[in-house]
Parts: sequence; structure tokens; C-alpha cells
Amino acid sequence: MRVAEIFETLEYGPAPESPAAAYAWLDEHGRRFNLFINNQWVEPSTGQYYDSFNPATGEKLAETAQAGQEDVDAAVAAAREAFKRWSKTPGHVRARYLYAIARHIQKHHRLLAVIESMDNGKPIRESRDIDVPLVARHFYYHAGWAQLMERELADYQPVGVVGQIIPWNFPLLMLAWKIAPAIAMGNTVVLKPASYTRLSALLFAEIVAEAGLPPGVVNIVTGSSRAGGMIVSHPDVDKVAFTGSTEVGRILRRQTAGTGKRLSLELGGKSPFIVFDDADLDSAIEGLVDAIWFNQGQVCCAGSRLLVQESIADRFLEKLRVRMQHLRVGDPLDKGIDIGAIVDQTQWETIHSWVQRGLKEGAEIFQPDSPVPEKGCFYPPTLLTNVEPSAAVAQEEIFGPVLVSMTFRTPSEAVELANNTRYGLAASIWSDNINLAIDVAQKVKAGSVWINCTNLFDAASGFGGYRESGFGREGGREGLFEYLRPAWQKRPRPKLDIPPDADRAELSARWAEYVPGRPAPLGEIASRDGKTRANGAVPPLDRTLKVYIGGKQRRPDGHYSRPVRGPDGQVVGQVADGNRKDIRDAVEAAHVKAGMWASDRWADRTPHNRAQILYYMAENLSARAEEFARRIVEMTGCTLKDARKEVDLSISRLFSYAAWADKYGGTVQETSLRGVTVAANEPVGVIGIACPDEYPLLAFVSLMAPAIARGNTVVIIPSEKHPLSATDFYQVLDTSDVPPGVVNIVTGARDHLTKTLVEHEDVDAVWYFGTAEGSYHVEYLSAVNMKRTWVNYGESRDWADPEQGEGEEFLREATQVKNVWIPSGE
Amino acid sequence: MGPAIRYGDVSMASPEMRNPGIPLDLGWVYDVQINRSAVERRAETLTKRRSIKKDWQAAWLLRAITFMDLTTLSGDDTPGRVHRLCAKARQPVRTEILEALGVADKGIQVAAVCVYHSRIRDALDALKGSDIPVAAVSAGFPAGQNPFPQRVAEIEQSIEAGAKEIDIVISREHVLCGNWERLYDEVKQFREACGNVHMKTILATGELGTLRNVGMASLVCMMAGADFIKTSTGKEKVNATLPVGLVMTRAIREYQERTGYKVGFKPAGGIRTAKQALNWLVLIKEELGDEWLDKSLFRFGASSLLLDIERQLSHAVTGRYAARHHMPMG
Repeated sequence: MRVAEIFETLEYGPAPESPAAAYAWLDEHGRRFNLFINNQWVEPSTGQYYDSFNPATGEKLAETAQAGQEDVDAAVAAAREAFKRWSKTPGHVRARYLYAIARHIQKHHRLLAVIESMDNGKPIRESRDIDVPLVARHFYYHAGWAQLMERELADYQPVGVVGQIIPWNFPLLMLAWKIAPAIAMGNTVVLKPASYTRLSALLFAEIVAEAGLPPGVVNIVTGSSRAGGMIVSHPDVDKVAFTGSTEVGRILRRQTAGTGKRLSLELGGKSPFIVFDDADLDSAIEGLVDAIWFNQGQVCCAGSRLLVQESIADRFLEKLRVRMQHLRVGDPLDKGIDIGAIVDQTQWETIHSWVQRGLKEGAEIFQPDSPVPEKGCFYPPTLLTNVEPSAAVAQEEIFGPVLVSMTFRTPSEAVELANNTRYGLAASIWSDNINLAIDVAQKVKAGSVWINCTNLFDAASGFGGYRESGFGREGGREGLFEYLRPAWQKRPRPKLDIPPDADRAELSARWAEYVPGRPAPLGEIASRDGKTRANGAVPPLDRTLKVYIGGKQRRPDGHYSRPVRGPDGQVVGQVADGNRKDIRDAVEAAHVKAGMWASDRWADRTPHNRAQILYYMAENLSARAEEFARRIVEMTGCTLKDARKEVDLSISRLFSYAAWADKYGGTVQETSLRGVTVAANEPVGVIGIACPDEYPLLAFVSLMAPAIARGNTVVIIPSEKHPLSATDFYQVLDTSDVPPGVVNIVTGARDHLTKTLVEHEDVDAVWYFGTAEGSYHVEYLSAVNMKRTWVNYGESRDWADPEQGEGEEFLREATQVKNVWIPSGE
Repeated sequence: MGPAIRYGDVSMASPEMRNPGIPLDLGWVYDVQINRSAVERRAETLTKRRSIKKDWQAAWLLRAITFMDLTTLSGDDTPGRVHRLCAKARQPVRTEILEALGVADKGIQVAAVCVYHSRIRDALDALKGSDIPVAAVSAGFPAGQNPFPQRVAEIEQSIEAGAKEIDIVISREHVLCGNWERLYDEVKQFREACGNVHMKTILATGELGTLRNVGMASLVCMMAGADFIKTSTGKEKVNATLPVGLVMTRAIREYQERTGYKVGFKPAGGIRTAKQALNWLVLIKEELGDEWLDKSLFRFGASSLLLDIERQLSHAVTGRYAARHHMPMG
């Protein structure tokens, strides 16, 4: 008798979730799915279909359409048509639709969970208890923002038609993260699910129709990565949102470069899981289970790098090995399974080859004895010890159930190791010492930081990365701006002259080649100097204008100068002609005040102190207002009245950002956590800024001030045509207690210098206000380290208009949001 | 936190070996860190990570019965009430159900019957001829506020009266005031008074304020020689909860890792449903492993749990949900 045997052994038995309803749904569709456009199923123009498999069994579940160009065009056209009405639909009405979607998700909770587990291989416990509830929560939360948009986001408008491409690890949840904020803010959507996992998106399509969403607001287009490329490059797509690998993110950055399309990327990670000696170690072990064996480790923010304090490392790893013995690997539809199937054999092989590489690099491997099903795509939980930071498995994202372990000695070493990565998506910190935990949370460079917890998500908290983990946030108020544009701004549609068959890398490599400056021809300098001499007066005292680096005026590295001309073409002065080495030095100087271990780090100054310094700048500028005004006249030929107005506005702007220096710290997010989730607006780091030619003083101040108010350090390339306002500003900086290195100014050829800045891997963001062509190259080249960019696509803005020239848009560009989850309870 | 200190030779440890206790190690006690929110998260997901269904559920529930200290601890307990309870202890499940499940030959009975001192005699009478031991609550149960010599004497008297297991209560004062030496001394003396009789130490976790206190008190009691540590008297406002169970079982695990001695665990109070019983078994299996799924190392304290288990077993046999009044009263 079975009961009698189990009575003795107390073994676990199978506890399968029934797939009956899921199979019935697949059968009703004849196991074949078309494209969802305009709330209709549409056959693909290619006539091609792609098989969807259950990775746990190898069973073919259904086939789904492969979209072609015609289909993508149709979907975008449908979204464009729907946008006309949807964007004008009152917030309350949109809120009702989102609310209905949330309700319908709950009505079909179990079916969605079962389909997700069958298609993706994730344990039913996770799809049932984590994925689907978070999906519903995301729509509820954003129903709220739709309701509030007209009042709370009155200065913004929807972006337009949004192309969204999502990965296979959380097919439905990533869909929700993309679609909910987009349609809440009045955008319409063309979404492409990942090839391996298309079914839950198609079930969602039916839910959308069932909830009565107007046709065309949400379109689901299945297809290969080529179809993804068609969406991304479609001229009528206004924004691209992508979650996936950093490798593909880079391609998308280059593909969308210069088009005026907005882009948000949520990319890879190698997130640290830091355990201090005063942590609750048993709880930290459970945290680790949730960090790296959640969803088979196929999680972009997986805590895949264990950093454990050396004094407890042996004990901790022993506890971990014991715990790993209890992990159950098997049928994803079994309710008693911890680890399901890897999504596809290809991914399994990738994981396996990483582990092999780790072993070659000297790692020691531990895998528990517990059984792994022989059939199906399963990988056992794996621990690699004896791994050094230099090992590839310690640096690269494995995207599987593989944990690498390293040790540290002190908190500062823990932070250094944690940040020793090109990524910055998440971090988990374990310590029962609140001082230590919060200190480390502030120093780790990551978008989500979990203290004594891990892999917690909530719609109210923005998720997204620092560094090469991408840019943009999903969730929270901060996430809405990915789907909003300032009300005054139109979608830029720059005209670019790039032949379709051009070698783009080569094109950008050759961009802004430049021959350094030399004296102007005689005819262009004689007259003014001649006059003064004729009057018998002494010649004006020559000013040697240098570059401003590290608080010092320095001769430019190349020892070249370039003439500055007035409106009549006459030379009004010379400035240093900076080169790539000046940019290099300026970035180094900026890092002296921005680096993590910098003493007197600018970002660590009190906000009050930064405000004081900005006020002081305003004071000193005011004292020399007339001189600055006359210089503007001299360079631009505007009236003295307009020039005085520009100076006054500049002073006002310094006041604005002095004001903002202590009023933009962040918010407490209202998540599901007991405790507090803090969204801190952190500085981006070192920002490179290329100033426009209009408003040589005001634009310079309008860009510098928000950046430094929020704790960044800057390397500024002033207006190429009218740089003297910026060089005159050296003395304002010198007399205003600005610490050396916070503001660095390199004059010269704007694009030539910008190119070095944007290619610099230690610059965190570049703001470029120049030409359409330059904007293209900045975005294209930024892909090297996925730095954030803010460019004008050659369109000028009215810097004197407070709506365009200052405010939240500038502050957002000057900050990145870090969400720190701090649970409470003793 | 320093390296693990080993007090005993692990290779000598055997399931039969009682925990003799170790000298009080305050460094270890103060090292205890319990993060409540993390513990709660584990407790919440633990029971959702495992699902015990069908034959497995029936088998596990039958086994749960054998871990049960069937308990009555009321002011109105009478010889008649105790007799009825003991009859149920001997025959916890209707024979036809056991036969249908194919376990009639397993001799399924509860692990012990647990009563107040005054009812020991009644229980012994009622259990005559069975090997079910009588456990007595003692040492000033439930509040532990009686004079210390009286508490020790109560243990001695209960053993003399025939109790084979003693469930003592600790002075919560010592935990709340951080008097770990006094707690250690108290429990050590109780253990001496118990002699060969197994001692379960009730922490009354609902009155200890924090989970860290639960963790520290667990350690001190084990160091003082507790055979079992037990959550609650059943009289506190909050009794056996899974987070408390996690803290205590982890302390037991750590004690075993460092000393080689195995200490038993007994959640008590508020465990009324078959589902709860399964949750506790899962917790033990996951946190301590299969060896602890043995009545020498795991017990439930329960009074009404048996009824719900019996109903579920009936359902396992008939496929129909069972009525309460069809189950013989205990």
C-alpha cells in the first residue's frame, strides 16, 4: 500500500496543477495563433508560424504567427489611428479601462499562471503567487495614474505610438510593466513578446478585448527578432521600450540613434548579494534562494554574485550547501517544486558553457545530490566558489541558477567589489546593523537595493538600472516619464542624411574630425584694434583664455587657440582650442569630486551647502552683470537690453537650482513592503555637457546649474560660436567657493570634443545641444557604455521660457532613481 | 561572529543520545541575530513551496497523529474528561478508516497524553496496558511565577506520580531582563530534577517580546540541557506561529551543528487544522531534515487537531467531505 510506505518515509509526492483549462484554451484556438491587431486576430502576411514548446516536456504547445513588415506596418497604423482618440480620452475613462483589465487578470488568474508555467518553465508557485498578482497590481496602480494624470501631470502629453519588446523570463509581468504605464498615459502600443514565450501575451490580448479596450490601443505582434527590428525602426513609432540583454540593448541604442525616438532600456545585471557578519545568516540563506534560484536564475536582477564577509564565509557556505540539498527541481506545474525548467535548450547550453568556463578558471563547483529530471530542460542549482573578481563568471551575466561566491574583509571592500561591475541593476544587503546597511545601500550603484530582503517588486516602486543595466524606470511616478513628453514639445523628426547601406560604425568613427585653430586672416582682426591705436590709447590688455580644469585655468594640452568672432565676423577674442586630452583631464578632475572614495565628494556635501554655492554664483554674476551683458552683445550682436535680460535670467536660474538643491531628494514609495521603500534621486555622476550656440550665458547656466545642484560634477563644452560668457564665468566659479573639479570647462570645437566625451567610458551621461547629425552620433556612440544621453536633435528650445529652459525635465536628467527597500519589524 | 566552536564529538552523537547541555556560552547567545521581516517571508513562502496531496496527505496526517501530545489543560478537567481523552489517544482514528488506508497494522496512537499534575493518576489509569507515556506540565505552569523551590518540587512530585515526560515553563522575567545566567541555572536545575525523564522547555514565546529573544532563550535552554524546546503553554495570547517555529528550529540546527547534540521541538497552542499540521511537518522537514520527523525529536501539542485530521482521513477514504459529528469525541 502506498499510504503505508509514505507513512514510513514521509517523502514528498507529486502535487500537479491541472493543465486542463490551458489545453482547452489552446485547443479552442486550434493550437494556432495569429497576430492581435485592432482587437482582431489577423493572419500574418508571411504565412509563417513558429512552434511554442513546453521546455519541461518538449511538447509542442501551439504555433504562433511570424509577423512581417506588412504586419508591423498594419499594427503601427492601427496604434496611430487609435492614438488620435485614446490620447484625448479623459483620464477617468482610461482609468476605468485599466481597472477592467486588472479585474479581468484576476478573473483568469489561474489560467494565466498555468499557461505561463507551461510556456516558460517557471514553477507554478511563482507564476501563481508572484508573477500574476504583480501583473494585476501593475494595472491597478496605473489605473490610478490615468485617473490622476490631468491634475498631477498637467504639463505633459503622451509620447505617441510605443513599440515594446519584452523578454522570455517574465513574459506576462514584463508585458504589464510595459503596457500599463504606456496606455495609462494615453499612448498606444505595439508589443512584441519574446519568441520562446508568446502564449501568455496572446491570452492577455483576449483579456484586453474582453475588458473592452478600444481597438488599436494594444496590439500584440508575434515574430522573430527581425520583426522586433521592424518595430524599432518604424518611422511612425515614437518610443521604443525594451527589456532584455545589454547586447541587444546596444543594438537598439544604435538603431534608434538620432531619430528622435525615445528609448528606455532595462538590461542585464550581475547583482551583488552582500552578507555581513552581523546578518541573520539563516535568513540571508533564504534570501539567496530567492535571489538566484527564483525563476531558475533567469532574472535580470538575480543576486548572482555572493559577497560574504571572510570571517563567516566558511560557515555561511556550509549552511548554503545544506540548504541547496533541500531545493526540489522538476515539473513546473508541480506545486511542490522550487526550480522549474530552463526556457530553452539554447539557454541551457549557454549556462552550461559558463559553468565549464568557470571550472577552467579554477572555480570549485557544488551541486546538490537531489534528483534532476532526465527528460526536459533542467539545470541543477549550482554554487561556484573559489572565484575571483577577475574571472569571467564573476563579471558576466550567466542568466541561470548559478551563483558565484567571493569574500570581502571590510564594508568598504564590500562596496568596492559590489561596484566592480559594468552593471548596476540591483543589490541585496544583509546586516542587522541599520547604520551599516543604509551606508552600503547609499554607496552601491544600483537602481534597486534590498536590505535584508531580495527580489521584491511593486508597481509603486520604479525598477531599472544604473550603468550598462540600462536607463529609464518601470513603476512608480518616476516610470511614467518614459511615456510622457513635456506639453510644449513636439516629437523631433530630424532629417538625417545617412545612406541605408552606410557603415554606421565607420561613419561615427569619422565624425567631427577637426584641425586645430590658428590665427584669423589679417582682414578679420585689423579694424577694431586699429581704431584704438589711432586714438592714441594703450592697446587692450590681452587675456589669455585657457581651459578650466580642476579649479585651475590651464593651457590647453595641444597649445592651440581658436578665434572667437562677433556678429560681423570680426574677431573679438581667442579661446583655447581643447582636444581629447583636455577632455580626458577634465573627466579625471570631475572624478576627483565624484568618485566613490573622493574626499569631500560633491554629492556628499549637504544640499544646503550646494545651494549656498549656487546662490553665491548668482551673487557674483550679479556683481558683474553689466560686463557679462556687454560680452553677450559683443559676441552675438543682440541689443544691450536683451543681453541684460539674459544675464538677469541666468541669475534667476541659479536661484532656481539653488532652490532645487534641497527639494528633490526623492519620495517614500507606497509599496507592499512593511517598512519603507525610499526612492532616492541620486546624482548620475560625471555629466558631459555640450552647450548650444543660442543664449551663450543662459543656456550654459541652465545646463550647468541643475547638474551640480543635484550633486553631479560636469565637463562643459561651451557654445562653440560664443564661448566667452563661459570663459568669463571661470572667475565667478573661482570666487563662489565651487570646489575644484565640480565644474570643468573645455572650449573648442563642440562636436570634436563631444565625441571624446561620449566615447569616454567613465562619463555617466552626455547632454548634447547641437545639430541633428551630432545628436545622431552622440546617441550612436553612447552605446559603448550605455551612458544616458539627452540630445536636442538639432532643434533649439527657448531658453528664456521657464517652461522650456528650466524645471523638472532638467532635474530628471540630472538624477537617477535608486529605490531602497527597508523592511521593519523586530 | 567567531568560528564555530564544537563542544562534542559529532561522530558520537546518535538519535538516542540526550542533550547533556554545555556550559553557558554567552558570546554565542549574544551573536544571535534574527531579522523578523525575513523570517516572516520565509514562513509565508515555506508552506507555499510544498504541497502534500492525496495519498501523501493521508500518510503525512497519519504520521502527524503519532507526533501528537494529546493535551487537556483546563480548570474543569475531571477524571471522566481525561479518560475520554486517553481512549482517543489509544484509538485516534476509526478502525475502518485505518483499514481502508492500509495502515491498520501500524499501531497508530498519539505520542503522549499531556495533563496537569493532578490528573496524572487518571491518565495513567486510562492508559494502562498501552505504552503511551503521560506528560505533565510543571514548574509553575503556565506563568512560572511560583516560588522556585516549589517549582522544582512540582517536577519531582509529578515524576513520582508516574509522569514520563515533563513540560516545564521558564521564567520569562529572565529573558526579558537579559538574565541569561539565571535562566541557564533555572533550566539546569529543572533538568537535574527531571533525572531520566525527558524535559520539554516551554519558552512561552508569545511573552518574549522579540524573535531575537526567542532565539537567545532557545539557545540558553539547550545549553542548560533541554531535551525539547517548546513554543507555548497554549495560554499566551499568541501561541505557536511559523515564524517562531523557524527561529527555534534554526536554533536547534545550529546547536546540533556546533555541539553534535540533537534537541527536539514542540510547537503547541493554536494548532487546530490538518493543514496547519502539514505546514509544521514541512517546516521540520525543510529546516531540520527527515531525522527530526520522529517522535523522539518532534511533537505537536494539540487538543482539537485530531478531529480535523480524522475528517481529512475520512475524506481520503470516501472522497466525500466528512461531518464533525461523525468523528468520535476525544
